[in-house]
Amino acid sequence: MGVLEIAKGMGVTLGKLFQKPVTVSYPEQRATLQPRFRGRHVLTRHPGTGLEKCIGCSLCAAACPAYAIYVEAAENDPANPTAPGERYAKVYEINMLRCIFCGMCEEACPTGAVVMGNEFEMADYRYGDFVYAKEDMLVGVTGSLPQRREAARSGKPVRLGFQLEGQPRAELEGVKYP
Amino acid sequence: MPDWLATLLISLLKAVLVVLGLLTTFAYMTLIERRLLGRMQLRPGPNRVGPMGLLQPAADAIKSIFKEDLTVTLADKLVYTLAPIIAIGMALTAFGGIPAGPAGSLFGENPWVYNLDTGILALLALTSMGVYGIFLGGWASGSKYPMLGALRSSAQMISYELGMGLSILGLLMIVGTTSFHGLVAWQAQNGVMLLFQSLGFALFLISSFAEVNRTPFDLPEAEQEIVAGYLTEYSAIKWALFQMAEYVNMITASAVMATLFFGGWKGPQVLNALIPGISDWPLIWLILKIAFFLFLFIWVRATLPRLRYDQLMRFGWKLLLPLALANTVMTAAFLAFRGAGGLWFLGVLSLAGLLALLIMSDRVRVLWNQPTVRPPEDRDLVRAGGD
Repeated sequence: MGVLEIAKGMGVTLGKLFQKPVTVSYPEQRATLQPRFRGRHVLTRHPGTGLEKCIGCSLCAAACPAYAIYVEAAENDPANPTAPGERYAKVYEINMLRCIFCGMCEEACPTGAVVMGNEFEMADYRYGDFVYAKEDMLVGVTGSLPQRREAARSGKPVRLGFQLEGQPRAELEGVKYP
Repeated sequence: MPDWLATLLISLLKAVLVVLGLLTTFAYMTLIERRLLGRMQLRPGPNRVGPMGLLQPAADAIKSIFKEDLTVTLADKLVYTLAPIIAIGMALTAFGGIPAGPAGSLFGENPWVYNLDTGILALLALTSMGVYGIFLGGWASGSKYPMLGALRSSAQMISYELGMGLSILGLLMIVGTTSFHGLVAWQAQNGVMLLFQSLGFALFLISSFAEVNRTPFDLPEAEQEIVAGYLTEYSAIKWALFQMAEYVNMITASAVMATLFFGGWKGPQVLNALIPGISDWPLIWLILKIAFFLFLFIWVRATLPRLRYDQLMRFGWKLLLPLALANTVMTAAFLAFRGAGGLWFLGVLSLAGLLALLIMSDRVRVLWNQPTVRPPEDRDLVRAGGD
């Protein structure tokens, strides 16, 4: 280190002092996510009919390396089907504390029913609240459990802490982020 | 009330005020340092506690007071507890001698706690007592890394204390006194000492960085190599006391540099034309100068990487010490043979020396950064997989 280099370095740090920080001050400012971000799971529906894509085959549960998914299938009522096939998922639960957000469930799903969305603010207080059931993940539900609870308490709409760079992926059909 | 009692009480009050002032400065210094470091790294720094993070020091204080105070089983309990107290005690004591204004200017009182004729020498002695705190703390921790950090700190302190003491010898010879008041008065009359002793100032500045264990000379801590050095086994308030000592030492070093080389509490005389007497206002100028040096400490910390330990020692012994000696000899020779001429020639000499050093800095580097050449067979072994 000659003195010239030291002086150059000092100049750089002094110059940076007067630049705007690049940090996103996250809770106040929204984080910008890429569409490929793997966040909370979404259970999608068929666009036209509105039927659930999930047929309760449990392949996602089998593929899950953390054993976070539990699926219990039941026969569809032919007159009033929940899913287009013979069976549907009566119970579909994901334990978000075990989930490592690897996306294997998404890849294993033959019907493209379970897709990883973009929500990530899921901090909560009780263990039981981290087990997300079907109604917490079906499309049309915005926000995680604690976020929706907070929104219901304060009477304001759910505020998501992120914005998307571009559009959500095609697989996430029916998912709308405010 | 007898006279001596009043003097004693006032001195005590002033001492308490100085301590409070120093500790507040320390607290906000940590915040300012973190904010500035953050901004220099393009992030905002701590801004959560209170408006703009202004209550962060309070949160830190509460945290360090109520944290569990761990003690290693093998630690020498008494020395282990005394060490941080010695460190902070010496650091706080050292500041008291620095004059912050003309005599009797602070509500009729002198703006300093004690006034010794040996001023700067006593201060150097006190600050080097501070290393006892570090060394004893490292030794009493009963653990290996603190011991290494303590050894390093004392070795570093000895090598840089020498350079530091020698680099101000020239200055003391010119002025002919070691009392801070004499130094400030001389500078008010003849111009700031920086003009005549720029080389001495550069050496003193570098030694000060090493003396207060700041980057790039913070080898006693060196968390990548020896965990946290002498601080490893310390937690909670004792740890905070060591931090306090480091920062108070920094403030003292800044005050010393301001007093020795930048005219002390006196402001620039030219401003007297605008507002009469402004250069004699107490506190303001000293605080401004201290703030400047503190900023310099932070700025250097944000920029420079830490030296290796052997580089540090080589730098101290092979560059700082001989240069300080040369400066002393140069000044002494000049004072002995100058005849009636003014001091400006010495200033030019000193500046020329400093410039030569700056220009030669790349060549001088080999002194503390020796190229190591491995024997060729050794290199071949390494290439072959080294069996």
